[in-house]
Amino acid sequence: MSKERQAPVELDELDRRIINALQGEFPLCEEPYREVAASLAVDEATLLARLSHMLEQRVLTRFGPMFQIERMGGRFVLAALAVPDDRFEEVAALVNGFAEVAHNYRREHRLNMWFVLATERPEDMERVCREIEMVTGLPVFAFPKEKEYFVEMRLRA
Amino acid sequence: MTDHADAALLDELDRRLVLATQKGLPLVSRPYELLATQLGISSELVRARLASMLSRGAIRRIGAVPNHYAIGYTANGMSVWDVDDARIDVLGEKVGALSFVTHCYRRPRHLPDWRYNLFAMVHGSDRATVLEQVEKIRDMLGDSCSGHDVLFSTRILKKTGLRIRE
Repeated sequence: MSKERQAPVELDELDRRIINALQGEFPLCEEPYREVAASLAVDEATLLARLSHMLEQRVLTRFGPMFQIERMGGRFVLAALAVPDDRFEEVAALVNGFAEVAHNYRREHRLNMWFVLATERPEDMERVCREIEMVTGLPVFAFPKEKEYFVEMRLRA
Repeated sequence: MTDHADAALLDELDRRLVLATQKGLPLVSRPYELLATQLGISSELVRARLASMLSRGAIRRIGAVPNHYAIGYTANGMSVWDVDDARIDVLGEKVGALSFVTHCYRRPRHLPDWRYNLFAMVHGSDRATVLEQVEKIRDMLGDSCSGHDVLFSTRILKKTGLRIRE
């Protein structure tokens, strides 16, 4: 099984308030956690402990700057593979082994593995796709975005 | 809106900040000061550069990425649509504006294997909810859409985010 948590976990009201608050603006002052904690009417130690616990429990997969590599000259590409069922675990390990794979999902379709590649230089994207084809022996279907209509990286807890 | 034309090459300090924080912002009282010490620069410069990256869109925001399963969004459907090329940009903007759509993009078809050119991600507490929302998208697209599918996720295989190499 994946190391990622698949089922909802028990979150109390404070956990939910923290998750929601940390999907907004994060302060750029010297003691930003103290400022966020104050807005939630808790102390800084409590906020840091809760945040650390939710990261350990994989309720949060990450806390930090969310980089848009395309604004720094890089590329993001959504890609998919049609993986035979009996090779799924093996191919997942191979694909996840690439540092350029930012996330990867199993989906119900003939194209059953969907992942996002992020490369620092545009010219690396083609090479990474070819390398994934080489190691897996499967054709990579690349779906570079042609137009972004909307992105909202927030989910209310 | 992505604009490749204004994409600047990764500046050295930006790059060092990405490397120092791509696994996460330090969970200490003074995280920017800690980064400054690691990078051998002032805390003011760290904060000014992060502010600049935010204003340029190189950082979308500083924040938490929830595991959507863990916070109760157990159904995650990637809805995909075969939309008339002449109408897709107008319709894509409308679909993207729906409250339950978290990402909406135009992407290339791969004929004959893949006919869909509009991708709209829909999250919900269960599949029935997601499918109701997908119906609303179908109604909005009307005659301009000649087919669609919904690809539900069944497992997160990896979710680390961006990792550039040292």
